[in-house]
Amino acid sequence: MAMSTPNADNHPDALADDIVLRAEDLRTHFIMGTRTAKSVDGVTLTVRRGQTLAVVGESGSGKSVTSLSIMRLLSHPGRIVGGRLLYRMRDGGVVDLATLSDKRMRAIRGKEIAMIFQEPMTSLNPLYTVGDQIMEMIRLHEPISRHEARIRARRMLELVEIPAPDKRLDQYPHEMSGGMRQRVMIALALACNPALLIADEPTTALDVTIQAQILDLMRRLQREIGMSILFVTHNLGVVAEIAHEVAVMYAGRVVEQAPVHDLFARPRHPYTKGLLACIPDAKRDRAEDGTRKMLNPIPGSVPSVLALPAGCAYAPRCPLAEAHCESVPPDLLNASPEHLTRCWRHELL
Amino acid sequence: MTRYVLQRLFGMLTVMFTVVTIVFVIVRVAPGDPAAVMLGPDATPADIEVLRVRLGLDQPLPIQYVYFLAQLARGDLGHSIFLDMPVASALLDRAEPTFFLTIFAILIASAIALPVGIMSAYKRGSFFDQAVTTLTMLAASIPSFWLGLILIQVFAVRFGWFPVAGYGGPDASFLTRMSHLVLPAVALGVVSSALITRFTRASMLDVLNDDYVRTARSKGMGEFRVIMKHAFKNALIPVLTVIGLTAALLVSGAVVTETVFSLPGVGNLVVSAVLRRDYPVIQGALLVIAAIYVLINFGIDLLYLMIDPRVRY
Repeated sequence: MAMSTPNADNHPDALADDIVLRAEDLRTHFIMGTRTAKSVDGVTLTVRRGQTLAVVGESGSGKSVTSLSIMRLLSHPGRIVGGRLLYRMRDGGVVDLATLSDKRMRAIRGKEIAMIFQEPMTSLNPLYTVGDQIMEMIRLHEPISRHEARIRARRMLELVEIPAPDKRLDQYPHEMSGGMRQRVMIALALACNPALLIADEPTTALDVTIQAQILDLMRRLQREIGMSILFVTHNLGVVAEIAHEVAVMYAGRVVEQAPVHDLFARPRHPYTKGLLACIPDAKRDRAEDGTRKMLNPIPGSVPSVLALPAGCAYAPRCPLAEAHCESVPPDLLNASPEHLTRCWRHELL
Repeated sequence: MTRYVLQRLFGMLTVMFTVVTIVFVIVRVAPGDPAAVMLGPDATPADIEVLRVRLGLDQPLPIQYVYFLAQLARGDLGHSIFLDMPVASALLDRAEPTFFLTIFAILIASAIALPVGIMSAYKRGSFFDQAVTTLTMLAASIPSFWLGLILIQVFAVRFGWFPVAGYGGPDASFLTRMSHLVLPAVALGVVSSALITRFTRASMLDVLNDDYVRTARSKGMGEFRVIMKHAFKNALIPVLTVIGLTAALLVSGAVVTETVFSLPGVGNLVVSAVLRRDYPVIQGALLVIAAIYVLINFGIDLLYLMIDPRVRY
């Protein structure tokens, strides 16, 4: 049975037609001598064609490691130790990124899957012009001349609404603002027309007005180009702006994935519910007499990835937890056909 | 950019002026009358007085200083007592072996240090990296004259591949002369490579985790290109400084190696000048070596300008 062959190169039956990427029980560990940090320990998520999946979680929940695992850009000693990363190529073939050879992976990076990062100030090489860095990307994947690549690079700058693109092509990153550089990063990432864009907190380092502009830009580009986006963030406000679906991560796992409206309207995991309760809301938080109510932080703290609990990782902080939760890690359960949760007691929510 | 170059040039002039002043003061403050020292113990007071007048030593110090500066401004480094020739020509005669020795040594040192340092950083913690760390420690602690003697013993005496010593005599062809520089250049190059290797490794380690290196990988680039085009070029800036300083040190530090290999270079000239108390030569050589230091540093500053677009004051 081709589907269950672990290292098979092609997995034609494994993905539904509308799915671009599916992580199945992905495990990425950082093995340091005798200690193992299980940063990603059983992530299952799905990115649909032309849609945006937001991956939300606190620092250390494994969301960045998940995105770096998909790109296979983990730094030592991080390693994918289990699970599958099924990806549908633009030609229709399905590959498992987790086991692909380095050479084939290089052909996918940039061309099939591109990535933008959190720090626009440091993500571009300070020694090369913006134009050179975009042209390099194009020429890595397509056999075209410098001149043609330059025309394409210029068009990319126009696409991301950078004024005076001819001048900007010959500028160095240090001559640009943070927002401008993030636009350049987006232009760079989209230069080869990738099917999937991974955006790892692309707006976190920017101030709020620039953040809104970048989100607008990404939404518009998605409409025009039709790429899928995996958008990593810790900001639920940003999620509401950009996502079609949301995957909530906690302690190295996706604890809930659902369409964005379902998730906000009726979270089916106590952690998600706790997170939503943390968002300050001017109307809700004002009591009858006009005084402000306190914020509602989730009690306790995230478990260390070096020593995860045996059962549900959220159980120690969970108001619904019972003995069963603490001993048996929950499966990914269907709360509704499109709504997945890793909570034994989701029906109580 | 023009401003940057002008600033560097001004800095150079300031340094050279300071060096000139220090050299002037040291020679005057050093114990013993230069005229008496030059003429030796058998000179009569009258002879000494004549020489003092000829050297201008009877004038007050500020006047001497102005004369000294005026003389330098004309490119006149003084006249060697012992060799009875202008110091400038004496230095020029001896410049060739020192010049090529320094160049070869730096080329050898860089050819070893850059690839090894890059690889060592890239394979951090590996057996290769640990071996490199040990070997660089060893190479840094070897005196170059000792390595020189070993090289002579093995490659000149036993195998006869290279000449033992000297510079081939007055009629030697350029190629023969250069063949005399191989072993000393290897001796100096190997020892100098240790420091440059360490610096390259440290500098590469700094940049390998930089975000733009990850960006380069995310474009789908091969590792070699990521390392050389994106990481190494950024790591090169501090490494260039060390290479420049090493080159400058080699110019002055070649003294011992030139002695071991009996090369008629500037180092050799200085050593004999010191033994003969030939003050004008010592003074001239000091100034020329200082000028080379400053020029090399200026060259490095210009290289920064070519590599790093952010260097624009």
